[in-house]
Amino acid sequence: MTTKQFGAPVQRTEDVRLLKGNGRYLDDLGQDALAAAFVRSPHAHARIVDIDVTDALEVEGLVAIYTHEDLPGRVGEPLPLLIPHPAIVAGRTGYALAKDRVNHVGEPIVMVVASDRYVAEDVCGRITVTYEVLPPVVGVETARDAKHLVHEDVAGNVAGHLVQEVGDAPAAVDSAPHTLELDLKVERSACIPMEGRGVYARWDADDESLRIYTSTQTTTGVRAAVATKLDLPLNRVECIAPDVGGGFGVKIMHPWPEEVLVPWAARLLDREIKWTEDRREHFVSSAHERGQVQKVRVGFDDEGRVLGLDVKIWHDNGAYVPYGLIVPIITSTQLLGPYKPGAYKVEFWSLYTNTVIVTPYRGAGRPQGVYAMERTMDAIADYLGKDRVAVREANFIQPDEMPYDHHMIFQDGRPLIYDSGDFPGSMDKLKALVGWQDFEDYREQARAEGRRVGIGVACYVEGTGVGPYEGGHVVVESTGKVVVSTGLTSQGQGHETVFAQIVADELGVPLEDIKVTTGDTRKMGYSVGTFASRAAVMSGNAIGIAARNVRTKALRIAGEALEVDPGDLEIVDGIVRVKGSPTSSMPLGTVAVLSNPLRYAFDTASQAATQFVVGDPDKPPVAEDDEPGLEDRDFYSPAQSTYANGMHAVIVETDPETAEIKILRYCVVHDCGNIINPMIVEGQIHGGVAQGVGGALYERMEYDENGQLLNASFMDFLMPYVTEVPDRIEIDHLETPSPLNPLGIKGAGEAGVIPSAAVFASAIEDAEGFTITSMPISPSELYALRQRFAAGEIPALRGRSATASTATTPTPVTEATTR
Amino acid sequence: MKPAPFTYHAPTTLAEALDALDRVGEDGKVLAGGQSLIPMLNMRLASPAHLVDINGVAGLGTVDVDATGVRIGALARHAQVAGHDAAHSVVPLLRQALQLVAHPVIRNRGTTVGSLAHADPSGEMTAVLSLLGGSMDLARKGAARTVPAAEFFVGPLESCLEPGEMAVSAWFPVPPPRTGTTFREVARRHGDYAMCGVAAAVTLDADQRVLSARTSYISMTATPLVLDLTEAVAGKPFDAADWAAAGQLSADQLDPEPDIHATADYRRHLGVVLTRQALTDAATVAAAQPQGATR
Ligand SMILES: Cc1cc2nc3c(=O)[nH]c(=O)nc-3n(C[C@H](O)[C@H](O)[C@H](O)COP(=O)(O)OP(=O)(O)OC[C@H]3O[C@@H](n4cnc5c(N)ncnc54)[C@H](O)[C@@H]3O)c2cc1C
Repeated sequence: MTTKQFGAPVQRTEDVRLLKGNGRYLDDLGQDALAAAFVRSPHAHARIVDIDVTDALEVEGLVAIYTHEDLPGRVGEPLPLLIPHPAIVAGRTGYALAKDRVNHVGEPIVMVVASDRYVAEDVCGRITVTYEVLPPVVGVETARDAKHLVHEDVAGNVAGHLVQEVGDAPAAVDSAPHTLELDLKVERSACIPMEGRGVYARWDADDESLRIYTSTQTTTGVRAAVATKLDLPLNRVECIAPDVGGGFGVKIMHPWPEEVLVPWAARLLDREIKWTEDRREHFVSSAHERGQVQKVRVGFDDEGRVLGLDVKIWHDNGAYVPYGLIVPIITSTQLLGPYKPGAYKVEFWSLYTNTVIVTPYRGAGRPQGVYAMERTMDAIADYLGKDRVAVREANFIQPDEMPYDHHMIFQDGRPLIYDSGDFPGSMDKLKALVGWQDFEDYREQARAEGRRVGIGVACYVEGTGVGPYEGGHVVVESTGKVVVSTGLTSQGQGHETVFAQIVADELGVPLEDIKVTTGDTRKMGYSVGTFASRAAVMSGNAIGIAARNVRTKALRIAGEALEVDPGDLEIVDGIVRVKGSPTSSMPLGTVAVLSNPLRYAFDTASQAATQFVVGDPDKPPVAEDDEPGLEDRDFYSPAQSTYANGMHAVIVETDPETAEIKILRYCVVHDCGNIINPMIVEGQIHGGVAQGVGGALYERMEYDENGQLLNASFMDFLMPYVTEVPDRIEIDHLETPSPLNPLGIKGAGEAGVIPSAAVFASAIEDAEGFTITSMPISPSELYALRQRFAAGEIPALRGRSATASTATTPTPVTEATTR
Repeated sequence: MKPAPFTYHAPTTLAEALDALDRVGEDGKVLAGGQSLIPMLNMRLASPAHLVDINGVAGLGTVDVDATGVRIGALARHAQVAGHDAAHSVVPLLRQALQLVAHPVIRNRGTTVGSLAHADPSGEMTAVLSLLGGSMDLARKGAARTVPAAEFFVGPLESCLEPGEMAVSAWFPVPPPRTGTTFREVARRHGDYAMCGVAAAVTLDADQRVLSARTSYISMTATPLVLDLTEAVAGKPFDAADWAAAGQLSADQLDPEPDIHATADYRRHLGVVLTRQALTDAATVAAAQPQGATR
């Protein structure tokens, strides 16, 4: 037997090419293309009074300047609202180029096309836009107050409003033995991929067709959106994602204004045009996420079991909602995590602000939901003076309750039913991994050394592999090489490797003989895209099904040629052979030749396949229900998402003087079902944890009250360096296979980042002895909290003795009643 | 993020460089390591009409050491200075501070004199030059002058360099005998500009008693601030001196501005804490020196 690839820690096949510098990213293409650049709004909220280009016209190398007035037909209409949802109260989207008004700093107003980017920027610098500045709405509280409106006709700045309710949660809270109320806050952050957005388009006037290269997470989506905007038949538009240097969600949003404008202008001018986003543009004109204000009311019993959970969420969606309400919907449903509250009510308001739009960023609303739930678990434990893990355990859904129906609707419009997971089992593993039981000893020892340490824990469940479908196309060429394609895109996840592993096992071919292509509409026109940890589940299963069909066909054809029952055949190292009698065999490539009856021979191999040589002369060369070629295209479309889960623990040390926060240990227990490649799953976790550290301790979007983003550069937006991420992330896996798909897998791409804000808040609170309600947290903020704590302005935790010697008398976490 | 058009000058001798600077005057800028200037050009925060690139000028990449101090030429890179053992042995504060400047790749290009000319009050070398009482050697076509640190820094990102003038070298004198130095800072991330940084120099007498305790600061003031905190600890044995009191003494004199990374309160608090820590360390270093040694 060929060694099984599924489950093996295979090294990433794409890395040789990428590490040698042979990657081809968007800006590596179209070296002779004209360059586009944009004049973007310097104001958060303004009316455009006048655009004066006179001064710019004399710049040498200028090709064209476009404003909204120049945009014909659909190009000039608002951009699509991609995901309509009944909860959208007032859906507003921007224009490709602003018409009359701008609603955030960075919104594109004028497009310039020139001989190169230097010239294009010179031109931009000479265009004068006159504004009438309007009062900006910045931050959830301001939006909620609605003294000023982002969109004149949208009352209360409310874009969307949704209530989901299981049981009578407010009543359950009120009648519970204990109740607590928490006010929580999470700041904005963003995906910040290494490569920004970018699009390069060329029009083929002879063929009347358009080719678009774009740094996207969905080529089929961009293709359809641009074809619609430009009024072109779909089959006249090709869209290709070259190598993409990271996406993390921001590139699933589409079509970006630039994705419409660059192809439009390329066709109009009949010239190749490219736009490569720069870092400042990425900060002010792509998308952000995370910003929410939350209010939790919880009622619980003496064991800490949640009897009623009543949550209100105010979600900052930025200036427009082109991606609908996906983020707050995910927050409100995935907030439940591994727990089963007696009754649950969640209500959210999605609010407009004069800031960059909010669309999914790795984790997509889950980090905020997990934060609300886990802060609540910690508050209950503290209130009851119980162990934080014990309270969680008291609320876990048990393995024998799977599948567990929450009786709610998930982001895919399907019921929220967990398919698998063993939460108590995962927690046992985490406790063992981090040494939960021994931590108090460690704390004492550290205290004796004058050090302040804390431990935190947080759990999450993640709906992954959302539909509707993905496809896989598998072809065995006459050389025996296998070409695989799927429509969704890759941004560094290692798809080429894991998809090849799946095919290698089905077809018995070595990995190096398999070539995987993703995100090219020329090769696979039907696809959704890469998001929601769905690639392995969706395309993995589709490719697996297609590969199995190819195998069946190969065995049938080889069986006929070798005159044996297909059931007696196996494929090993690319050779189809009779089990137990390896001399009776033929290479898979020969089977491929035989699968395609030919009239013309062009080499010795193909001579074997001419219609004069193969087949039964009494039957058609290609049977009625068959097709020529050793290939198959098939699709996978699940009825619902599959739910992965995990639990993280972190030990931090906070400097008693400087308030610096140091990570001592970071532990992860992770369950993504059957693991295709543990090395890649761990890599995904490492990357996710690194982003999570950023989101919890370093990053935020520092908007001032005028809507200016003060830290729109890598100097002031503090992505963690490798020096800020723990050297070692300790990982243990639990594999509870999903019963929902043939491979038994669940998504793994986002997991690492989801519980970060929650787990760090938990640990810092534990170290400091007072509650943390707002994340991220910086040393400066921690210092300010210490000052307030010392002044008695914020209460101490009551369950655990405060570490700080200045601890004041314990008071309840928040207003609480005991009956 | 592309610079506005500029004329590029690539002199190969100091005379050519000074000549070019003289011709372009107000409209010219020196390009050294480019680690601060290039980002400003790309973001069009600066758009000089002329760039005089001194990287090809012979003879500027020098680090000269003698018993009285270290003279660093305009093209000596941070990494080169930090790695210079002879310079380290007479003025250890150079390496102590340079280790905290940015990251290795930036130290490979960025110049020490460039960071002084840039006069960023968050730049470690501004505090070092000020604490040691060093000076800058400036030149223009047909003239040269030496300016003490105290007069060189005029404001944030502002030095007394005039149009047509360039910094040719910086002079770091050896501190008095039985002096120990340290540099302490707190930055948001490893290698970032600090929220607060303190350079300290403590000089002891032959009986290991404190003769002088001085500090200078980065990211706390518009121009480098040097404090003499000796009065809190004068005459005390180095290991019994109340360094915390010296830290407290600094508090009243620190009046930092807030920014998005740190409130003014927190910055001042860091100033006090780091002053105590840096002085304690510097005193320990001073005490560990063989009698009569210099540093
Ligand atoms: C990510 C990053 C992090 C950094 N972190 C730090 C840090 O923590 N601490 C720190 O101190 N620095 C830091 N720096 C800045 C770095 O030290 C720079 O190298 C230094 O500030 C400028 O030196 P340069 O040779 O690169 O000068 P350039 O960028 O070439 O020039 C800077 C300015 O000084 C002028 N100039 C340069 N040389 C001369 C001269 N000989 N005569 C007259 N004018 C001159 C230029 O005209 C320009 O105005 C950082 C830089 C980066 C990119």
